[in-house]
Amino acid sequence: MTRLVVVGHGPTAYRLIETLYAKGFGGSVTVLGEEPRPAYDRVALTSYLSGKSAEDLTYPVPEGVVLRLGAKVTGIDREARTVTAADGHTEPYDVLVLATGSSPFVPPVPGKDLPGCFVYRTIDDLDAIAAAAEGASSGVVIGGGLLGLEAADALRGLGLVTHVVEMSPWLMPRQVDEGGGSILKNHIEALGLAVHTGAGVKSIEPGEDGRVARLVKPDGAEIEAQVVVFSAGVRPRDELARASGLPVGERGGIVVDEGMRTADPAIYAVGECALAGGMVYGLVGPCFTQAEVAADRIMGGDAVFTGADMSTKLKLLGVEVASFGALDGALDVTFMDPVGGVYKKLFVSDDARTLLGGICVGDAGPYNSLRPLVGRELPASPTELLFAGTGGVDVDLPDDAQVCSCNNVTKGQICEAIASEGLTDVAGIKKCTRAGTTCGSCVPMLKQILVKSGVEVSKAMCEHFAYSRAELFDIVRVRGIGTFSQLIAEHGTGRGCDVCKPAVASILASLNGGHILDGEQAALQDTNDHFLANIQKNGTYSVVPRVPGGEITPEKLIVIGEVARDFGLYTKITGGQRIDLFGARVEQLPQIWKRLVDAGFESGHAYGKALRTVKSCVGSTWCRYGVQDSVGLAIALELRYRGLRSPHKLKSAVSGCARECAEARSKDFGIIATEQGWNLYVGGNGGFKPRHAELLAADLSTDDLIKIIDRFLMFYIRTADRLQRTAAWIENLEGGLDYLRQVIIDDSLGICAELEAQMERHVAGYFDEWRATIEDPEKLRRFVSFVNAPGTPDPSIAFETERDQIKPVLIPLEVARS
Amino acid sequence: MSVELQASPVSTDRWHPVCAYSDLIPERGACVLVEGRQIAVFRGFDGALYALGNRDPFSGAYVLSRGIVGTRAGEPMVASPMHKQAFSLLTGECLDDPSVSVPTYRIRVTDGVVEVSIA
Ligand SMILES: Cc1cc2nc3c(=O)[nH]c(=O)nc-3n(C[C@H](O)[C@H](O)[C@H](O)COP(=O)(O)OP(=O)(O)OC[C@H]3O[C@@H](n4cnc5c(N)ncnc54)[C@H](O)[C@@H]3O)c2cc1C
Repeated sequence: MTRLVVVGHGPTAYRLIETLYAKGFGGSVTVLGEEPRPAYDRVALTSYLSGKSAEDLTYPVPEGVVLRLGAKVTGIDREARTVTAADGHTEPYDVLVLATGSSPFVPPVPGKDLPGCFVYRTIDDLDAIAAAAEGASSGVVIGGGLLGLEAADALRGLGLVTHVVEMSPWLMPRQVDEGGGSILKNHIEALGLAVHTGAGVKSIEPGEDGRVARLVKPDGAEIEAQVVVFSAGVRPRDELARASGLPVGERGGIVVDEGMRTADPAIYAVGECALAGGMVYGLVGPCFTQAEVAADRIMGGDAVFTGADMSTKLKLLGVEVASFGALDGALDVTFMDPVGGVYKKLFVSDDARTLLGGICVGDAGPYNSLRPLVGRELPASPTELLFAGTGGVDVDLPDDAQVCSCNNVTKGQICEAIASEGLTDVAGIKKCTRAGTTCGSCVPMLKQILVKSGVEVSKAMCEHFAYSRAELFDIVRVRGIGTFSQLIAEHGTGRGCDVCKPAVASILASLNGGHILDGEQAALQDTNDHFLANIQKNGTYSVVPRVPGGEITPEKLIVIGEVARDFGLYTKITGGQRIDLFGARVEQLPQIWKRLVDAGFESGHAYGKALRTVKSCVGSTWCRYGVQDSVGLAIALELRYRGLRSPHKLKSAVSGCARECAEARSKDFGIIATEQGWNLYVGGNGGFKPRHAELLAADLSTDDLIKIIDRFLMFYIRTADRLQRTAAWIENLEGGLDYLRQVIIDDSLGICAELEAQMERHVAGYFDEWRATIEDPEKLRRFVSFVNAPGTPDPSIAFETERDQIKPVLIPLEVARS
Repeated sequence: MSVELQASPVSTDRWHPVCAYSDLIPERGACVLVEGRQIAVFRGFDGALYALGNRDPFSGAYVLSRGIVGTRAGEPMVASPMHKQAFSLLTGECLDDPSVSVPTYRIRVTDGVVEVSIA
């Protein structure tokens, strides 16, 4: 059995191992990684500061792989075929793969080692930067390349006044030319960052506390900064290879052949540490290709690595920057719009027929549509292509054109997957082909290919309506439709089902208000809404009274206790800071509500696709760390949005300080107090696929906060799909969080006033569904186990006792099969 | 005489009055208890009545009367409120798993009173 040892556990190592397993590698795999955690998506590193957790970014590790983390390899004994780690552990290998990546280059300026100086490469680096930013007011990034600007964006996100210092006369010198660089600079300065191009660093000076205080430029000018991040390029980590006598390049990088093998046939090198064909590749796409080539070779194949596409596209501080193909050529055509902040340039062959490459700033349209055409004949004149506007041009790609350069997927492969797997959405394409799963820049193109391939991307809610929920919402809104019967008669077929009926009921409730059990609406509700309680496995229901913000008086606690005792209910504290009473039969529900309502409680809507709770920590009233009254805000928000019907349940929380005890970032909308006001986070959830909410707006006053939440919720209710939580909804908005911000903060669609008015109508029209039900004899008649024997309880319901409380007796499950 | 002969199968039915027709909400069910048996009765959109066993065979809970009523490919059906399997109101067959079914019962209206037969 082959013993494979991998040194380094970064993205390249991950891809190597994954490929080996997919190919059925039969040997053992041991990985020694220096970082304290398994490989994670370094490309998405910055998202760690805006809400992604380390777990979110971590790649899966195939079962059977032995991971030794926190294990830095210090030596290779090529004779004995062993590697040794810093802790003394020795690991024998038959095949060794070096995937050690690169390390940031820190120029030898005086003061570079002061506390407060950082690099930007690992999750640990980001933790350290975030911690240092807490006590800081300004920061500087040394290096205005791709990673430097990304780091600058991160510092800005941490609330620092941010400077960027770049030696070259313009930003991103490796990706864009001078014209593009100047447009980029305008964009970035407009966002409030200070850009110093053509500037070096003379020294970094400490303050009295011994930490970084300022950066001094060669001309003597000073930039105040308590945080300094070096982003002046990377160097391949070839030290192990060097020490064991393997050839390395003049400027670094472990020399490999086209099969990614070093001079020692038992040792491969892949990723950013490798020098392949005289080049070190600093992008993850080529690194992945190298990993696949090495995996193939290890399995006895003969794959070769022949170089790779160095195209890049990124969105920095809201500005799209992209370059592809060769960045020079016989002819070039430039489109420049300094007012609109757009710069596009195409390089073409001397007969102006073949596309060689291009640069775009402020509009990556040409990148999306033209990158796959590099080296091919242009589909139109360069001028036409450049003037095609933001959407980019609609071009028909040849089958062998590479659509996803990160994962090396061609259009032909995508079309084949669509046809053979019957794919109908981008998620399916991602799963089958891996296209779009790394940097995501080709996703718009995947959509286009889907549409072009003639796949009817079905948005039909069910067999009764050919429309999506958002479309039905607009139909109901614009046509002023008041009933399901009218809607299905005019816009659907059949008589509906358990999919469309509750969805339409929710739309009608959001738009028209009124009691959800009024008239025909009652029949649309699923059992929970129909009985205003949550059905449990034995057909009984649970009852959750609202406890706004989780604040409750002793008197009310006693009432809940008495009700539970008198009706023999099982009680449990919920995750939403309230109390759930289980085991009620339908005929008991109105009696239970009566007792609760008389004591001042109301429905908690635990049964509805509606606002559930707004949790809170105890806040500044009691807590010695609190900076705002989180309980007060949570109560106000819960009372404002109670009863609001939505595409899925809605959860919220308010934390009184950055310690975040209320776990607001796991909510659909979470609020965290700052010294200046409130930060609003959106799109979080727990559940099957946990997600952290992302920052939508910072330091809001209470009034502004409520206004933005009003708009957020109403826009969600209007446009989301059935059962789509806010996280998935935001992800699916074209343009994501930035687009959401444009709509509900900058009012780009001009609908904010309408959204607010809609919310005002909801707030004004709110009433307690429980009270309205117990006061209406007509509605009460439904609350019986048997219409012909209203006094008889359901005999199938039985309980036993566990830990002094009731528990359903399990009904034996024999499914009657004919 | 022939009239009596034709009527004889009917006479073996034991019809039980269960509720007023107006007690039933269109496109919704209710449960009735007949000789210890739980029967889910449904009133369709067009006024037609249906009766099925109330027990959901998948969960074992007596809840089918509380499901959402609708159609699947034109066939009237109720979706179990537990795990959403659909049952034909005409045949009791589970439309998601034809090997599973629930019993059906005869149902009619006499002078505004709904009657169910469990024979
Ligand atoms: C902030 C940021 C943004 C980026 N954005 C993009 C982008 O948008 N697009 C793009 O294509 N690329 C981007 N990159 C580059 C991309 O992350 C790299 O190309 C990729 O990480 C290379 O993977 P690797 O596995 O070869 O090396 P690395 O990711 O560097 O991983 C190597 C691992 O090996 C470990 N190691 C090193 N030496 C040893 C040793 N002696 N013993 C044990 N372990 C060792 C290291 O600690 C490290 O964990 C970005 C990088 C950063 C930092």
